[in-house]
Amino acid sequence: MRRVPGSTAPEQFYENQRGDDEIMEIQMGPSHPASHGTIKFNLKLDGETIVEVDVEIGYLHRGFEKMCEQGTWNHCFPYADRLNYASPLLNNVGFALAVEKLAGLETPERCQYIRVIAGEISRISDHLTCLGMGASEIGALSAGFYMLEAREFLYDLVEAITGARLTVTYCRLGGVTNDLPHDMRERTATAFASVRNVVRDCDKLLSRNRIFVDRMAGVGTLDRDEAISLGLTGPLLRAAGVEYDVRKAYPYLVYDRLDFMVPTGSNGDNYDRFMIRMVEIEQSMRIVEQALQQIPDGPVMANDPRFVLPPKHEVYGSIEGLMNHFKLVIEGQKVPAGEVYVATEGGNGELGFYLVSDGSGRPYRVRVRPPCFYAMGAVGRMLQGAMIADVITTFGQVNMIGGECDR
Amino acid sequence: MGLTPEDLLARVAALLPHATVLPLGDTRGQAVVVVAVDRAEASLRALRDESALRFDFLADLSAVDYHGRTPRYEVVYQLASHPHHHRLRVKVPVDGPDPVVPTASGLWKSALWAEREAFDMFGVRFAGHPDLRRILMYPEFEGHPLRKDYPLNQRWPLVPERDPITEPWYPRTEGR
Repeated sequence: MRRVPGSTAPEQFYENQRGDDEIMEIQMGPSHPASHGTIKFNLKLDGETIVEVDVEIGYLHRGFEKMCEQGTWNHCFPYADRLNYASPLLNNVGFALAVEKLAGLETPERCQYIRVIAGEISRISDHLTCLGMGASEIGALSAGFYMLEAREFLYDLVEAITGARLTVTYCRLGGVTNDLPHDMRERTATAFASVRNVVRDCDKLLSRNRIFVDRMAGVGTLDRDEAISLGLTGPLLRAAGVEYDVRKAYPYLVYDRLDFMVPTGSNGDNYDRFMIRMVEIEQSMRIVEQALQQIPDGPVMANDPRFVLPPKHEVYGSIEGLMNHFKLVIEGQKVPAGEVYVATEGGNGELGFYLVSDGSGRPYRVRVRPPCFYAMGAVGRMLQGAMIADVITTFGQVNMIGGECDR
Repeated sequence: MGLTPEDLLARVAALLPHATVLPLGDTRGQAVVVVAVDRAEASLRALRDESALRFDFLADLSAVDYHGRTPRYEVVYQLASHPHHHRLRVKVPVDGPDPVVPTASGLWKSALWAEREAFDMFGVRFAGHPDLRRILMYPEFEGHPLRKDYPLNQRWPLVPERDPITEPWYPRTEGR
């Protein structure tokens, strides 16, 4: 090999550049084009291998818990939408269930079915967002856009139910704001047919794609015991082989009347997490279809003047209705003093609300157990010894939602 | 489903004779136990390791500020068991201007971040925590926002920009 006189041989050049024990520090984020969400990874690298990673969160902290303490219980519902903005209905339902447990309020059966239907539609859109974004971040752009298109069909359904696409605020203490549209079954059938097509296409595009599998399999692995100890829930925990789904373990609403399967993985890596979400999309669609078959007729709001606003004709037509309305709006619902922890299965895992009431019309303390906060706490462990490119796939499958993680 | 709340509380009471078991009628049927701060670590360890209970999952850890009451703070552990599917809430009351609770991060790794958040938001220190620093707020932040006496309209002047190279937020690697 000819060499310019006086230049260094390539092997000599690299020898000079890199000591054996040199650790390079790189700060990735907080605004990185390949990570959906503002988050910073402080990486310590040996070459391209990650020695240690310190995950820095908090960029989207808006004081959700403090804000909730300032208003009445009903004021918290719009805030709850904005926790996990990929599946706002699930947060809405979770918060409503927690307050109702604290208030000792029973909701009508039709309302419970509606909450299941709305929540599961949201879960599908949450999973589609996670998978589509995760795929497009590692180059599978078309699969990403297909999945976003499928999410659009579901947003149309959500819009038909609630009137809004994202900021739904659909639940109330004691029920939901309005009934399902009369042609809900037909709309759902049309939307789900399109979603199933997209999921089938994306399954063909990704699940056995050599490049995709190489990027995902064996990456970000956590074993069973460690996943439990780190407090993982949802698809991340199920990928590690633990069959834990709040809907099955502690059934709420009408989930015990519906037939669905909880998929579990065996390797606890990103590929298992991906496949579990793919399977859960189909299971959620089955739940919605069964619920639409079983749903009874009846009211969608509980009839309890202590917590539920009276119908408008009573507000305008009778003095009792007007007074009731005024007291509820100005003073808030007087939820009896006490505390309660209610967990539901959110899009990313166990979404818990720990509420403390002092008997006044305002919450004394609202604590959210955000599933992806704990998942982000585990990312440092998942990435140890991985390559720098694995940050993207692992972060994609953890599906951090800033609104929920940072609150 | 696992044990009924009554059976669960009976077992917990047998395991932790010093703990106060709250009557189910006051807690909306949820199992709650109050443990003194000097026995917190041993109690949590016993709850995790006892085979009939097996609380292997710390679902959540947070605090509540009961301002004007003594003891002022309560650190709340939401425990759950994956093998048995039952839940228990452990509350550890703690008082003083600088409340200290032993860390649970040696028992459950999920406590590592949860305790950082409780410290950040309430100023409760967790003795023995390997890396207790703010998590949601920035390092220059003063005060603990979820305390009830934290002024609601508090505004802080903008933080001077740090040079991340000369003043990194985490300790630098030694021996470069």
